[in-house]
Amino acid sequence: MPDTRRSFIKKSLSIVAYITAATGGLLRSVNGFAAWPAEKFAQTGFDNAITRVFGNQQINKSKKVKLKLPRIAENGALVPVTVTSTLKDVESIAILVEKNPVPLAASFTLSPEVEAFVSARLKMAETCQVYAVVRAGGKLYSASKDVKVTIGGCGG
Amino acid sequence: MSTIKIRTKRKDGITQIRTLISHPMETGRARDKKTGEFIPAQFIQQLTIQLNDKAIASAEMGASISKDPYFAFQLKGGEPGDKITISWHDNLGNTDSAESIIK
Repeated sequence: MPDTRRSFIKKSLSIVAYITAATGGLLRSVNGFAAWPAEKFAQTGFDNAITRVFGNQQINKSKKVKLKLPRIAENGALVPVTVTSTLKDVESIAILVEKNPVPLAASFTLSPEVEAFVSARLKMAETCQVYAVVRAGGKLYSASKDVKVTIGGCGG
Repeated sequence: MSTIKIRTKRKDGITQIRTLISHPMETGRARDKKTGEFIPAQFIQQLTIQLNDKAIASAEMGASISKDPYFAFQLKGGEPGDKITISWHDNLGNTDSAESIIK
């Protein structure tokens, strides 16, 4: 039945057009915000997430990155975190939770007008390491801390 | 009513900027307890902080940030009358913005 086949082709073409439009819409900036980097927030393992966020750039542990977290989080849905650094020329601060489905929690871009300081509250699925990675003068420095979670923050 | 609360406090040459945003921050992995259906993901993706209309800090985030997100930043200096603007937008295209004048 040639008619049905033709309409099938037409339909598939319109679906392809729709998908292209939808993806284009995702990549376009919304209200002046730059496009959100979905690949960095992919559901993936921790090592893969590090590669996705920082490429293959070397990350050095540094005592100049301070990570303030509770040792034991009673509620994994609400874990306060503060990252500060005494490094010079801090450009960004990223916070990663090792065993969360999406390890990268947030990445902060800081201008010279603000101190190397951010506070936030995290969800943690289970007991694991929390990492802060600071980009300063083009180089990466990290600190990590173990947080024990008594009630997980994902899925309830 | 705005979803964004902003508090600023000047102390020792630094202005502390604290913000509390009311937002569900759903991961998309939680289930509705009554229906057993997945609750669709809804989370803030981007946040910007402006001082007198100039961007001073921004954040890209995923759903690992807690429900009703809280953030704090420290501005070097800051004078009474300076304007702080905070805006966010989420994965569903919702957006909000609020202003606060430093006292």
